[in-house]
Amino acid sequence: MQDLVNIFVKSIFVDNMVFAYFLGMCSFLAVSKTVKTSVGLGAAVIFVLIITVPVDYLMNEYLLKPGALVWMGKEYASIDLSFLSFIMFIAIIASMVQLVEMVVEKFSPTLYASLGIFLPLIAVNCAILGGSLFMQQREYESVAEATAFGLGSGIGWFMAIVAIAAIREKIRYSNVPAPLRGLGITFVITGIMGIAFMTFMGIKL
Amino acid sequence: MAKEKEPLFSPKNIKLLTNPINVDNPITKQVLGICSALAVTVKLEPAIVMAISVTAVLAFGNVIISIMRNSIPSRIRIIVQLVVIAALVILVDQVLKAYAYDVSKQLSVFVGLIITNCIIMGRFEAFAMANKPWPSFLDGLGNGAGYAWILVAVAFFRELFGTGAILGWQIIPQSFYDMGYVNNGLVILPPMALFAVATIIWIQRSRNKELIED
Repeated sequence: MQDLVNIFVKSIFVDNMVFAYFLGMCSFLAVSKTVKTSVGLGAAVIFVLIITVPVDYLMNEYLLKPGALVWMGKEYASIDLSFLSFIMFIAIIASMVQLVEMVVEKFSPTLYASLGIFLPLIAVNCAILGGSLFMQQREYESVAEATAFGLGSGIGWFMAIVAIAAIREKIRYSNVPAPLRGLGITFVITGIMGIAFMTFMGIKL
Repeated sequence: MAKEKEPLFSPKNIKLLTNPINVDNPITKQVLGICSALAVTVKLEPAIVMAISVTAVLAFGNVIISIMRNSIPSRIRIIVQLVVIAALVILVDQVLKAYAYDVSKQLSVFVGLIITNCIIMGRFEAFAMANKPWPSFLDGLGNGAGYAWILVAVAFFRELFGTGAILGWQIIPQSFYDMGYVNNGLVILPPMALFAVATIIWIQRSRNKELIED
């Protein structure tokens, strides 16, 4: 249990997707103009990460990594399919996004109306694929750990985009040097927030 | 066969190659492919390898998509594009693992993340789906080069000020250190990449007023 909490908190603050690894920067910069839309996108990212990271974990554990096929019989133990992981993960992410979109549309039209346009965007958000690849690289021990990691990274990304959107809404009233307006100043703000987030480094629960 | 053949390097094609390097730069103007640009620029070597990998994937992906563009149903084009990119990235990854293992370890997940690098999807959608293979190839090379020079510029300054070396060769002489010069540890940390790119944007936009946003 302690491990789970540790992974969860660490992936929100210390290994924040945006500030420590710059994942999902493209949509982070493009969609963070107002708080409302960024809440929608952030929620959609959390949603998709919680689903894809555990599914990709199971894929990796029982299909891709060296010796994973041993459940099919002893003669398969030496097969290593890990070179297929990119294509496997991206296929799972794309189909999961499609599936999530359909399920949400069916069961919660209000949620669909608010997430709707963002869901297809997410298939190509680096934060999602990054989540799966980090999960593979860090070799988590159980589905629960992978889920905690997925949830934590999602919440970290959500926090980052909502915070930057709030700042960008306010910065419209300040007098930024003309060449820095828009993209430039957003980079600087993200950098400053990144420095602030570095104070969490080394936290252990 | 009355139609005159367009020369391979007509002015229009040259423009495809040079525009993305400056005014239409994928990173500073189109805001594409930022994730990887920031994360791999601590040292020059991984940045160069990353730039070459992305350029290769982009140029050849553009050609492949451009050849297939008339037979891809538009409803499933995203999946088709992803499969093409993923196949190319797997190739790049295997080549890197075979010939540049150390760099491939340093780049870690970011080789895989070329798949979701928005430059590639963006150029497929915006260019390769509507143009012939040869212009698409040039467009891929041009955008790759535009991406590459930003990566190399950022990595150059970060490695120089962060470790006092370029590609592992000591540049700042020992006598400086004896006089009390200290490497700037802050430059190595992730946030400094953002400031470096912001500075490039600042310089570029103050030289070219058309790029300034509202």
